[in-house]
Amino acid sequence: MNKTIRVTFAAVLCIGLAACATKQEVKPSAAPAPAPAPEVTTQPTEPTGPAAFTPADLSSNDCLLRRTVYFDLDQSVIKPQFQDAIACHAKYLRDRPDARMTLEGNADERGSREYNLGLGERRANAVASALEAEGASAAQIKVVSYGEERPVCREHNESCWSRNRRAEIVYTVK
Amino acid sequence: MTAWRTIRNGLLLALVVAVCGAGGRASAQGLTLDIVNGVPSAVPIAVVPFSWEGSGVPPATDVASVIGMDLNRSGQFRTLPKDDVVEFPHRGNDVKFATWKLLKQDYLVIGRQVDAGNGAVRVEFELYDVPGQRQLLALSVTGQPADLRGVAHQIADLIYEKITGVRGAFWTRVAYITATGTGHNMEYSLVVADSDGHNPQVVVRSHETLMSPSWSPDGGKIAYVSFESGNSAIYIQDLSTGSRRLVSSHSGINGAPAFSPDGTKLAMSLSYVGNPEIFVMDLATGDMRRLTHHFSIDTEPEWTPDGQSLVFTSDRSGKPQLYQIAATGGTPERLTFSGEYNSDASVGFRNKRIAMVQGAGNVYRIAIMDRGLGGQEHMVSPGNMDESPSFAPNASMLLYAASDGARGVLYAVSADGRVRQRLVLANGDVREPAWGPFRPR
Repeated sequence: MNKTIRVTFAAVLCIGLAACATKQEVKPSAAPAPAPAPEVTTQPTEPTGPAAFTPADLSSNDCLLRRTVYFDLDQSVIKPQFQDAIACHAKYLRDRPDARMTLEGNADERGSREYNLGLGERRANAVASALEAEGASAAQIKVVSYGEERPVCREHNESCWSRNRRAEIVYTVK
Repeated sequence: MTAWRTIRNGLLLALVVAVCGAGGRASAQGLTLDIVNGVPSAVPIAVVPFSWEGSGVPPATDVASVIGMDLNRSGQFRTLPKDDVVEFPHRGNDVKFATWKLLKQDYLVIGRQVDAGNGAVRVEFELYDVPGQRQLLALSVTGQPADLRGVAHQIADLIYEKITGVRGAFWTRVAYITATGTGHNMEYSLVVADSDGHNPQVVVRSHETLMSPSWSPDGGKIAYVSFESGNSAIYIQDLSTGSRRLVSSHSGINGAPAFSPDGTKLAMSLSYVGNPEIFVMDLATGDMRRLTHHFSIDTEPEWTPDGQSLVFTSDRSGKPQLYQIAATGGTPERLTFSGEYNSDASVGFRNKRIAMVQGAGNVYRIAIMDRGLGGQEHMVSPGNMDESPSFAPNASMLLYAASDGARGVLYAVSADGRVRQRLVLANGDVREPAWGPFRPR
C-alpha cells in the first residue's frame, strides 16, 4: 500500500474514531486493519497434523512462523484469524515439553503508560490461556508486558497503533 | 477547541527549552527561552536588571531575568518587557513611582548583587507596591556564583508568596525520562533538572526502559521502574549518594511506585497475584499490605496529601476511571464520571484538585477536577496525546508530556490552563515528568 493511501486511510479512520470510538472495536476482520504484518498470510495449515514438531519447524513451518497476535483497541479478545497459529504453537509445546516461550504483551501509545503495562499483560495472558486451553503447560509459558514501551512503529495513526497492539511469541528454549 | 486555539495562538507564552545531550552541566547552555506573549489578566510587574556591586567580574547569570521568567511562567504575572524598562533603580531611594505608574505596573522589583565573602554572592532585593508607593519586601539571598539561578528561584518564590499568599514553587526540581536512539540502540535516562528545565543531571542511564519516576517527600530519593532485568522492577535511588535499593521484582508487573507523604511507605501496582493490584510497602520493614481485590487492572496509585487514602486507576467498570481507597483498604469509591477514559491522577492542593489524563476517541488531554467545586472539570492541555500530569507542590502549575511529531516533549502549564511553557529535548523523547517537593528553606 503506498504511503498516500495509507495516510488517507488513517485520516478517515481517525475521523471515524473521533465520531464513534466503539465503531472501531467491532470492526469485522473482513476489512483488514492495514496490513498488520507480512507474516500474517492465509496459508492453509494443519495445526493438528500427526507428525510431532521439531525445532527446525520453527524456522520453516508457515503456521509456526506466525508469532504475533494483534488486538483491537482496549481489547484482549483473541480474534478468530489467530486461532490457527495459537493451535500450532500449542501443539509445538505439547510435542516438546522442554520448550519454553515468553509472551510479550504490548499496547499502543494512547493513554497512560502504567495502565498500558496492565493492558499488555492482559493480552499476553489471553494468549497464554488460549495456548493452555490447547494443551500447553503453564510451566512452559512466561508472560512479560512492555506496555507501550516497545512499539514497532511510531506514527500517531490507527494503522500504526493496530500493529503495536500485539502479543509476541518468543521461544526461549526450542 | 476553538477557544483553545485562540488562547494558544494569541496569549500563550511559549518557552522553548532545548535540553541538549544527557551529560548534565553542558546542557544548561543549550536552553533558550522565548516568550511569545503574556496574559492580559495577569498582574503587571517590572523586574529591573540587578546591579553588580562586587569586585571582579560580574556573575554570568542574569538574576532579574530568571526571576521574571519564573513569574511569567506561573501565568499569574506579566513582566514588563526589557525594552520598556526606562529607569534602572537599584535602591529604594532611586525609585520614582510616577514612572512605573505611567508604565501601568502594579509591582516593582529592584536589586543588587554584592560580594558575600569566600566567593559567594549576596543578592539583595526589594519589592514595591507601585500604586501604594510602599515597600513590601527587602531581603537578601546568598549563594555561590554557580548557583545564582537557584538564588533567583528563591527570590521569585518570596515575591510570588508575598503577592499571592501562596508559597512559590520555582525553587524546586523536576524528574523526567528521556529516550534517545532507535531499536536496539535505545538509551533511557532518568534526569533531574531545575523546575524551569535548566541544569539537567542524569541520575540513571539504561539501554532498557525506565519509567514512572516518583519523588520521596524530602526530595532526596526517587523511586522508578526499570526493565534492566528483562522484566519491570521497582528501585529506589538516593540522589546524593547514587546508591539504590531493589524494592520489588516479582513475576509480572512491578509498576507505578508512589511515596507516601511521610516517606515511610511506597504504594505500587503488582500483578504477581494474577492481575495488577495496589499494594503498599512499609519501607522500614518491607511488610506489604494489599489494598485492592479485583480482577481488573488497578494501577497508578497516588497518595492524598494527608496520607489517609490513595487515588488510583482501575478499569473495573469497563474503561479506566479514577477511584479512591483508604490506605488501610476497604471499598474503593469512584471519583470520575465524565469522560470515557480517566487515568494517571496527580493529587494537588490539599486533595482539592486532581489532574488526570482524560481520553475521548483518539484525543487524550489533561483535565483538572476541582473537588472543591463539586467535581467540576476543566481541560488544561490542547494536544491529542497528552499524558503524565504532575502538579507543582503548590498546585499552581503542572507538568505533562505531549507528543510533537515523532518525539515527546514536556509542557509546564498554569493550573488555569492559560499559560504554557514547552521543554524540548534536542534529539529524542522526553516523557513522564514528576514535579519534586518543596525544598527546605
